This record gives sequence, C-alpha cells and structure tokens, in this order.
Amino acid sequence: MTLTISLNDKVALVTGASRGIGAAIADTLGGLGATVIGTATSAGGAEKISARFAEKGIAGAGKVLDVTSPESLAELLESAKNEFGAPTILVNNAGITKDNLLMRMKDDEWESVIDTNLSAVYRVTKACLRDMTKARWGRIINISSVVGSMGNAGQSNYAATKAGVAGFGRSLAAEVGSRGITVNTVAPGFIDTDMTKVLPEAQRESLMSKIPLGRLGAPEEIASVVAFLASDAGGYVTGETIHVNGGMYMA
Amino acid sequence: MSSIEERVKKIVAEQLGVKEEDVKPEASFVEDLGADSLDTVELVMALEEEFETEIPDEEAEKITTVQLAIDYIKENLG
Repeated sequence: MTLTISLNDKVALVTGASRGIGAAIADTLGGLGATVIGTATSAGGAEKISARFAEKGIAGAGKVLDVTSPESLAELLESAKNEFGAPTILVNNAGITKDNLLMRMKDDEWESVIDTNLSAVYRVTKACLRDMTKARWGRIINISSVVGSMGNAGQSNYAATKAGVAGFGRSLAAEVGSRGITVNTVAPGFIDTDMTKVLPEAQRESLMSKIPLGRLGAPEEIASVVAFLASDAGGYVTGETIHVNGGMYMA
Repeated sequence: MSSIEERVKKIVAEQLGVKEEDVKPEASFVEDLGADSLDTVELVMALEEEFETEIPDEEAEKITTVQLAIDYIKENLG
C-alpha cells in the first residue's frame, strides 16, 4: 500500500497562522494542495501570511480574526466563503498564555485565556459546522497541549483550557460522526516557538531532561500530524487526543 | 412555483433520505421518518434556507411533524 496525502480541492481554516505551530500547519496543509485561510489578530500579520503563501505557491490568503469576537468571526467567514468557499477543514490553533501562580492570578488572566483558548474553539467550530454537515465531510483539529494532561505549575488557566478542548472534541466527535466529520485533538509538547522561547533557561533545561528524544520538537512535526488527521488517510481517527511530545508525557 | 406543501415535503425527503410519498402530513420526523436529533436540527436549518427565514429554537422544537412544519411556514410567511 502506498500512503499519499492530498488535500486538493479542500478549503482549510487555520487560526493563529502568523507564526509558530499555526504557521507550520497552514504551510503544510497548503503544500498538500489545500486552499488555506490563515488568520492573524492584526492586519499586518494577515498580510505577512498572504505574502508567505504567495512565496510558497500556496492558494488562499491571510485574514484578520479576533477569535474572541463573534462579529470579527462572522466577517471573516463571509469573506472567506465568498473568495474560496466554505472551509471543511478547521484547525483551531490560536492560543495565548498568561501564566501566574493561582494565588496571584488576576481574574483577567483567567478569563482572557479561557475566552481565547476555549470559548473561541466553541465559537469558531460552531460557525463552521453547518457547512461541514452539509458537505457530509469535515475535519476539526484542535491544538491542545501536553500541559492539559500533565499539568504545569503557573499554568492552571492554560491547562484548564487545553484539557477542556480535548473533552469538547470527544463530545463533538460523538455528535457529528454520522455526518462524516471527525474531531481530534493534537497535544504538542515542548516545541521550538516564540511561546516557549520566553521560558527561563533553567526551566528549559529541566524540561529537556524529561524528554526521551532529547530535543525540542519542530513546528513542522506538529503540522505533519495535523495533515494526517485532515486527510483521508486519517479518516477513521476521531475523538482522539494525539500526543506529540518526544516522549515527555506518555498517556 | 411549487406550493409550500410541496417544497416542505421535498426538503424533508431530501434531508431524511426518505421517499417523497412517505412524507405524509401526519408523519412524525422522529417516529415515522427515522430522524435523530441531529437530523431534526439539520431539517430546520434546511427549511430556514429554503424559505429565507429564521426559526427561533423554541419554535423549532415544536415542529415535530410534516404538517407542523407546513403550518409554521404558512403562518410566518403569510
């Protein structure tokens, strides 16, 4: 048997696609033939995505989306549908961290992380689901984190959202499986991105000592798993959380 | 232009994958036509699109038979 992954004729929406894991996912899906709408929070970020796509010969465009705003989401989907058609591959990747010990955590640090990382997954997914059920085909892939399973001091807000996303995915998978829609969660470990570059050196070293593969992951190594789940090759996987962490946490 | 009855029956048949002749006015979507809860949600969405209207959730829940769907559309578009 030969394994070919093609996403020709598919339209994919990837949130938070200006850098890091989201950028790698958008570029990988695009490289496999999908038309990609990659979102960024600013107009400058969206332009950079468009420029990157053009340079790599990827169909699609960068667009502005504030995942916490229903109005911004409605605007994005309308323009994306008019230009490219309704997305049937959705990658909920946009996320933020606002780390703090719980005893010091501000309500705003809790609420903004919940809104961006968890409520937005509800919001964007719901908005895209109607077209997927009509198409009788869809792929929803939510980017979680190893922290959602193993926990991490100072990240109670972030971890709550990442565990929440996995439970959301399992429930939705049960709801929409009969429509040919799969819902999965990909949980990256310690990946070399701007989000992990800010960690203090001592914390980086202590994390590295816990990774059997002995190195950080590359964003492309998350993107390849997402591409598999988005393709027909991954068509029988649903409701699952795939851990991609170099062995740092084995579930 | 087909009548409201015909348009509703056609959509019900399409959405639930049943024959149009089985879509009798008194037929219940769930009990007679084999719809599950997701089917009924999709059916209401399809009716909304066909008749370019929005059916509030509390009204949608009451539309359980073909006749009730026809009545709702007639009352709200008439």
